[in-house]
Amino acid sequence: MKAWKETFMRGIFFIAAFTSVLAVALICIFLFANGIPAMKEIGFLNFLRGTTWRPGNDIYGIFPMIMGSIYVTAGAILIGVPIAILTAVFMAKYCPKRIYPPLKAATELLAGIPSVIYGFFGLVVMVPAIRGVGVALRRAGVLEKAGDGNSILTASLLLAMMILPTIIGVTESAIRAVPPHYYEGSLALGATHEQSIFKVVLPAARSGLVAGVVLGIGRAIGETMAVIMIAGNQPRMPESLFAGVRTMTANIVIEMGYATGLHREALIATAVVLFVFILIINLSVAMLSRRSEHE
Amino acid sequence: MSKKMKQKLISYRNAPLSALLALLVFLAAAITFAVLLFLIIYILVKGLPYISLDLFSPTYTSENVSLIPALINTVIMTLLALVIAVPLGIFSAVFLVEYAKKGNKFVEVIRLTTETLQGIPSIVYGLFGLLFFVTSLGWGMSLLSGAFTLSIMILPLIMRTTEEALKSVPDTYREGSFGLGAGKLRTIFRIVLPAAVPGILAGVILAVGRVVGETAALMYTSGTVAQVPDNIMGAGRTLALHMYTLANEGLHTDKAYATAVILLVLVIGINMLSTLAAKKITKGNGNGEN
Repeated sequence: MKAWKETFMRGIFFIAAFTSVLAVALICIFLFANGIPAMKEIGFLNFLRGTTWRPGNDIYGIFPMIMGSIYVTAGAILIGVPIAILTAVFMAKYCPKRIYPPLKAATELLAGIPSVIYGFFGLVVMVPAIRGVGVALRRAGVLEKAGDGNSILTASLLLAMMILPTIIGVTESAIRAVPPHYYEGSLALGATHEQSIFKVVLPAARSGLVAGVVLGIGRAIGETMAVIMIAGNQPRMPESLFAGVRTMTANIVIEMGYATGLHREALIATAVVLFVFILIINLSVAMLSRRSEHE
Repeated sequence: MSKKMKQKLISYRNAPLSALLALLVFLAAAITFAVLLFLIIYILVKGLPYISLDLFSPTYTSENVSLIPALINTVIMTLLALVIAVPLGIFSAVFLVEYAKKGNKFVEVIRLTTETLQGIPSIVYGLFGLLFFVTSLGWGMSLLSGAFTLSIMILPLIMRTTEEALKSVPDTYREGSFGLGAGKLRTIFRIVLPAAVPGILAGVILAVGRVVGETAALMYTSGTVAQVPDNIMGAGRTLALHMYTLANEGLHTDKAYATAVILLVLVIGINMLSTLAAKKITKGNGNGEN
């Protein structure tokens, strides 16, 4: 009787674990089945390398959107990752015990704030600020066009903000998961607090750091609503940091509502490209972290 | 204390790089928390004056963009998504941590798929939901389609946090339980899972946050109708989607500010409640240290 129950529950756990595999399989099948035919019809190279997106004339080139996604994500990672990792170090190794709980709650809150709120904040605070900076830079002769504040820079800054809690949370728990005697041993050998943290603890927490950054990249490249609200969404190649840009995610949301026929399929194909990007990132990181585990 | 400080300063004099790193750490933390504080205060200061009773009228009209229908939809959506995803997520994590043997090929596959799911942008989930639940299964744009879409989206989050939480439970707990004659199942449900509750809860909080704040995955699965549907097969927009529509239309900017306040307060409330719960459970467990 008892053994039967054990086996039964084991089966339940197994099936539950299998759902994620099933979900990925279904997502792949449905996206590829709907997106690939459109890519074929448009022509793979025309679709990926084409710099003109004009659905009215049946011209579907998503190169500007691909570059748009890459630019804003790279910007967000450049700004956000150092701040997030250092903040995680602060939380795990510097923060006085008494103020730790409210600060921890604050980072959780940062993660809980909906992306529309971030987008709205970006719209009413950051866009005007960046517009001001753009105008000032044009006066100073640095920029040719000031832009209207809806730009790559705005999107990067906002996304950097949005990926902070994700990276902080994962990194902090990775740092805490490093056995304390690593740190203590390093101190005992005469290293400073910082040397111990940055040369011993952080390398030991490497796989957690990588996981955090990947989550951050995923969030940045996949962020849709906040980006739509502040990036300008012009489907053309941006000339500067202060120029508007349309990401792949924005392309899908903006036009999906009214698209039909090939246009609709081209949007699904955009999602396929986005999905392939994510797959490549994930696979390379999975391989990297696995290699580091074997070392 | 002052002696300790003096020692610290002396050690920094010998290692200027360490002092710089310490400075950077404090600076980064200051930036993070200043940004959060500024965002919250800004939204509250700008939005609070616009909060009025019409915002909470039970019906939505195009003149009075009440948020109550959207709020009700949000609650329904969150509950539905959690009911689907939480058991699945916890059970899969239990399988991965407690049952699967190291180096098992199937475990590798699951880990890879979970990592993949985690990285998939929410708009891709939204498109998938549109193609699968809305169109292929014929559920139409409905709360149910939205909830299923969201539950796939939050599944890896719950799985991963539960997994971490289970892993952080010391093996001595398990061994102690086995030593007292408990079976594997009993050990998992009575010893390991309770000890891991704070960690699991943290994951569920994040999941609730994602559901409440999700817009891209819901736009084309649960639809943007501003009313509460008769049942879960009807379409309805959640609060976040409502907020997006208001901000996007630009017709009711004051209401958009006010709605942002409500959404923000709701999220802060959820977070505080769960923090409280996590604290209580940790205490009740006699496991005071985090």
